[in-house]
Amino acid sequence: MLNKRRILMLLVPFVIFIIGAVFLATPLLKGSDPSKLESALIGQPIPQFTLQDIFDQDKQYNADIFKGQKMLLNVWATWCPTCYAEHTYLNKLANQGLYIVGMNYKDNRKKAIRWLNELHNPYQISLFDESGLLGLDLGVYGAPETFLIDSHGIIRYRHVGDLNEQVWNDKLSSIYEEMQ
Amino acid sequence: MITIRHMFFYIGLLISLITLATHSAQAAIDTFEFDNVQQEQTFHELTKLLRCPKCQNQNIADSNAELAKDLRNKAYQLVKQGQSKEQIVDYMVARFGNFVRYDPPLTPATIFLWLGPLLFVIGGLLILFKQVKKNKTKQAALAPQEQQKLASLLKQHTKGIEK
Amino acid sequence: MLPEIGQFSLILACILSLLQTVYPLYGVRTGHQGAIRSAKMFTVLQFIAVAISFVILAYLFFINDFSVSYIATNSNSALPWYYRLSAVWGAHEGSLLLWVFLLATWSIAVALMSKNLPVESMARVLAVLGLLAFGFYLFVILTSNPFERTLPYFPIDGRDLNPLLQDFGLVIHPPMLYMGYVGFSVAFAFAIAALLEGRLDSAWAKWSRPWTMAAWTFLTVGIALGSWWAYYELGWGGWWFWDPVENASFMPWLAGTALIHSLAVSEKRGVFKSWTVLLALSAFSLSLLGTFLVRSGVLVSVHAFASDPTRGLFILSFLILVIGGALLLYAVQASKVKSRGRYELASRESLLLLNNILLIAALIVVLLGTLLPLVHKEIGLGSISIGEPFFNRMFTILIVPFALFLGIGSLFRWKRQKLSELVKPILIILLLSLCSSLVFLFVFAPALTWLAMLGVFLGFWIIVSVGYEIYLRSTHRYSFIIGITKLGNSHWAMSLGHLGLAVMIIGITMTQNYSIEKDVKLAVGEHIRFEHYDFHFDQISALNGQNYVGTVGTFSVLHNQQKIAVMNAEKRIYTVQRMPMTEAAIDAGFIRDLYIAMGEQLPDGAWAVRIYYKPFIRWIWLGPLIMALAGFIMICDKRYRTKKQPLTDSKNETGEQNA
Repeated sequence: MLNKRRILMLLVPFVIFIIGAVFLATPLLKGSDPSKLESALIGQPIPQFTLQDIFDQDKQYNADIFKGQKMLLNVWATWCPTCYAEHTYLNKLANQGLYIVGMNYKDNRKKAIRWLNELHNPYQISLFDESGLLGLDLGVYGAPETFLIDSHGIIRYRHVGDLNEQVWNDKLSSIYEEMQ
Repeated sequence: MITIRHMFFYIGLLISLITLATHSAQAAIDTFEFDNVQQEQTFHELTKLLRCPKCQNQNIADSNAELAKDLRNKAYQLVKQGQSKEQIVDYMVARFGNFVRYDPPLTPATIFLWLGPLLFVIGGLLILFKQVKKNKTKQAALAPQEQQKLASLLKQHTKGIEK
Repeated sequence: MLPEIGQFSLILACILSLLQTVYPLYGVRTGHQGAIRSAKMFTVLQFIAVAISFVILAYLFFINDFSVSYIATNSNSALPWYYRLSAVWGAHEGSLLLWVFLLATWSIAVALMSKNLPVESMARVLAVLGLLAFGFYLFVILTSNPFERTLPYFPIDGRDLNPLLQDFGLVIHPPMLYMGYVGFSVAFAFAIAALLEGRLDSAWAKWSRPWTMAAWTFLTVGIALGSWWAYYELGWGGWWFWDPVENASFMPWLAGTALIHSLAVSEKRGVFKSWTVLLALSAFSLSLLGTFLVRSGVLVSVHAFASDPTRGLFILSFLILVIGGALLLYAVQASKVKSRGRYELASRESLLLLNNILLIAALIVVLLGTLLPLVHKEIGLGSISIGEPFFNRMFTILIVPFALFLGIGSLFRWKRQKLSELVKPILIILLLSLCSSLVFLFVFAPALTWLAMLGVFLGFWIIVSVGYEIYLRSTHRYSFIIGITKLGNSHWAMSLGHLGLAVMIIGITMTQNYSIEKDVKLAVGEHIRFEHYDFHFDQISALNGQNYVGTVGTFSVLHNQQKIAVMNAEKRIYTVQRMPMTEAAIDAGFIRDLYIAMGEQLPDGAWAVRIYYKPFIRWIWLGPLIMALAGFIMICDKRYRTKKQPLTDSKNETGEQNA
């Protein structure tokens, strides 16, 4: 009897270890990347801003452009190779009728315009965030990032990294469909 | 045309991957000017407390990444505006989440950071007291004769050890 | 052809390690003497096989054989030869080969040096070591083969070793650290063998003590070297970052430190036996956990290896089998152990247990601090970071009782200590340490802070009590001069070890509280005054190294109008990887370091320069070195060389236990 209790007590390290092992195994099995962060702005409206249009310095936009319909906000730059990789897919999504706003982040205007002209422009509106002001307010920590924004201008999801068919089908499309 | 562009892209990708993979060991040095020592102190504390979200595991003081530079500049601006350390940390957390601060907030999970070691110390002390008490009762339970014998044995033993 | 021989030799070692496990255990089971004795032979053969493999890889690095992909990615023909050799363990595959090679080295050392160990126990110990080696061989061969070829198209030159690693630090830090990590496998094997045998006695503690001490000594040196390396190489003046990878090395160290203390109690007094076994299992388990954390990519770290989920899963499965199995065995077998020794609350036993409790509490702090972010994210609470502020706060709290009890702990007698006898010594120690810490701060500190006072006081509390204890012990029976020569190795080791900690506490306190850091803009010819030192920026010149180019800024430092140092701070660009590196200029001193790092050149031609004044930072590494010296003295104790005596000892103990 006493011995049984003792064994139970001595089993404690084993049990703790197994619990720990489960927590170590899940991220490996799920293949989650610890360097990818969830956005702190989920459920919050797009922060206020005033930014120029990338093609036209005289044209200015503010947060109101994100109201009225659900859309994607894609943060990109010409210095970002992954942005190049996902550009084709963005074009495809735009062709399917998705409303995509582009935000050129900490970049060179000339280069960005050339990029859009050469690779085709998937964006309905192209914001030019040269100093990264809106990027900072959005908590952008690298490009590309893609925000899913509902018709009230509320951020519902952020995807960090390459946007491709697989990512869209596995995760983003269902969130997009559910948004209002 | 496309193939050449692709080639450039892949070369670019390769270069950027290499620069990403080998984290740079460059000191991040700025030459900010402050109004007073207090501000400078706050700024230094902040840059050590704030984590660069882009980097491997570095605070924004040590990192030379572009984003860390931006955050340092922002922190500098806010310090110059006279904001307190807490206000600036809150500002960063509102944008980048709790990940950005090296001092985690209290959540149902982080409470164990403090509770865990505390409970262990308390548990350990309890076991120690219990053990000592058990030893005492055992000792008392021994017959006087045995106790004497034990005492002499122990005496020899300790002598042996001291040698 | 050579790489294939290396590979084959590795596979051979793998097979031999399996034989080293299976055949001797079969012998123990059936009583087949030949099989029992074969353990030693297999160990030797396994060592030879893996040594051949290791030497071949080193040789291939030396001759720049870029047809081997590991070498092509981690070396370059312009690399100096000594870095080419240390590049063997510069990345994942080779460092694992080093790991298995060192495991085989420890195994062969156990096989050849434990002459008084009964053959059956020896067979069990070697069998466990063989099993551990087998797992790692499989891991190397299946997931991380360093001999893989790039054929048929091999590159003309290699992609070079990461410039951060092109340093003396890499030459010795990993081998030392791994010697420590892997060394705990011996304590682990001894513990498992004892559990299998059902014989946990003082003899067991006595056998495993010198091995544990050796591993702990290596680990101590390894960690200190790592810290020192980070300090001078990374260019931002820090010496410990609480990074997951650093924590991964600190956790086995904490467990190992608890273990060497509790082994002492188990050996001398026969108590805490099941606790000691658990610690022995934990120390190595934490080494394995460290390997997992570093190589699986589940955590974000500054110095992790290239991560790969398959490798992670492999190590995790291995971890679960080894640690899970060991802990299950422990639960079943340790329940049979009965402690016979008695002690009171005021006794050395209690204080050593308290030391263990505090050390393990510290271990829990580090473990939770390292792994909780992972759990936090997984249970959907979001990403968090746990870093310096948290750890520093917790360790500041923990070190206070730890140092206080450590100081007076050695004054306590075994079993029972009349507290009234200690009032006078404690008062003397208190008074002396208060005075000396105040004098120390008065001389060396620019201003007083509470934290600095606390830290320095704790340091002196330990130093004074160590001195006082030596005085008491040596004047116990003889005059001081004669008495002090009669103190045994283990007594000196204890005193030195504690002194090392005191030195380290003082170093950390002074560095943390009184370091000064300044980022300044300096043009050539300008100077800046900083903490009684005048830094003159003399010139900037070009730099041409074997495999890098760059610029070097020359500063002369004046103190009281006298030139005390010329410092050269470099900015290097390594040509192959195009990677910029800061090589800080450090003027090291016993009571302070001056540290200059060059930043970027500013638009107006001036340079951004960072200057540090770091008081007593050398003490942070001096402390661990003293601790390591203590470990070395302990291992050299005659007690661990006496022949045959432990055998009779152990029989007595077993009899006692079964009674």
